Amino acid sequence: MSLAKQQIVIVNTGCANISSVKFAFDRLGVDVTVSDQPELITCADKVILPGVGSANAAMASIEQKGLVSVILGLTQPVLGVCLGMQLMVSWSAESTAERTTCLDLIPGSVERMQVGDLRLPHMGWNTVTPSHPNDLFKGIDAGSYFYFVHSFAVKPFAHTLASCEYGMPFSAAINKDNFFGVQFHPERSGDAGAQLLKNFVSL
Amino acid sequence: MLARRIIPCLDVKDGLVVKGVQFRNHEIIGDIVPLAERYAQEGADELVFYDITASSDQRVVDKSWVSRIAQVIDIPFCVAGGIKSVEDAGRILEMGADKISINSPALTDPNLINQLHDIYGQQCVVIGIDSFYNADTGQYEVYKFTGDESRTQQTQWQTLDWVKEVQSRGAGEIVLNCMNQDGVRKGYDIEQLSAVRAVCDVPLIASGGAGAMEHFSAAFKQADVDGALAASVFHKSIIDIRELKQYLRAESVSIRSDFQSA
Repeated sequence: MSLAKQQIVIVNTGCANISSVKFAFDRLGVDVTVSDQPELITCADKVILPGVGSANAAMASIEQKGLVSVILGLTQPVLGVCLGMQLMVSWSAESTAERTTCLDLIPGSVERMQVGDLRLPHMGWNTVTPSHPNDLFKGIDAGSYFYFVHSFAVKPFAHTLASCEYGMPFSAAINKDNFFGVQFHPERSGDAGAQLLKNFVSL
Repeated sequence: MLARRIIPCLDVKDGLVVKGVQFRNHEIIGDIVPLAERYAQEGADELVFYDITASSDQRVVDKSWVSRIAQVIDIPFCVAGGIKSVEDAGRILEMGADKISINSPALTDPNLINQLHDIYGQQCVVIGIDSFYNADTGQYEVYKFTGDESRTQQTQWQTLDWVKEVQSRGAGEIVLNCMNQDGVRKGYDIEQLSAVRAVCDVPLIASGGAGAMEHFSAAFKQADVDGALAASVFHKSIIDIRELKQYLRAESVSIRSDFQSA
């Protein structure tokens, strides 16, 4: 399917970076809609789950909009970006009180990064290495730079699609079935990010 | 490996990019969007836009240019100036900015930092600090309202104390502007940056004084800053960003390479 003919829906999670994600698809010439309507999300060719801020606030927003079951039922490719990726695993330690239960689309957990003397948040451009050849990173060499900003991460595990290192190795991208997540911001990662988004739309 | 960041700063006044010397006598450099695009293409890692009039004029400033930038730019950018409330910050972030930088309003109401952290997350809260080295007392002093000379005033804060304070309140990054050096291109204040680095556990960005490629190298290697911000050397093409990155790589500074499609 050509890029332009697809209907991409960005789930309106109520988070702040939605316009920059939308603009990134606009630059690719892809038809993109921001919505929290279950029928629109379900019918989309591809779905984006964006997010910045805290896991519990984002989960609360998704629950309040009645979108948990909608997202769980998606069978088309879904891409979680940054916090959106973190929401895809079982739980997150990022909370003021206790663990935040996440969508559990991919078994795994989000924990605060342990980076020794390095600074947190991990902010800036870092090199990403795909774990094995895969379509999301098609045309993207190991060692390509992507833009990160986060203090919590998923450790490398069975569903790691690409990894990165900052004081510790962590998952830069994860995947299970039709669910993909990236810890970095492809919408802010220059040509490398554009290539990855193009790859996602082409899945 | 995490790359050190080269950050061109565009001072914005009435929707145009301007540059002054030590915060004064602003001259117009050009339109915002084409200049931002040029920097992104040349390999800038991030951009900062300072609306320099906003914090000191008591008026609502037209920020529609933020959205225009977000549409064309595919690298992160931060907007500073005139953000006095959670609502102001929200509008800027919704228009597509990745981060918002607060300076004078945080000094007036430090609790604003906590609120921004709690609502939008630490990752987008940048605190700008205008620090002046007082040679008479040997102290680093924090100033506010530096966008307008007639209103510029010293605060009760010493710089290192304020750096600790903003971190405890949830700052995600600190931009330290060394006022003595600003606009005169004689090099970053390595001594001051090193002192701040020692108490700063979040990313630290050097600002004020870049005039030559060696100045960037010194800031990264001696003061261990995460990013170096500069304005006039880029606007006036005194330093070419591509050459600068080449130079820093040769100096063994970790620098982002351009994306090569495989």
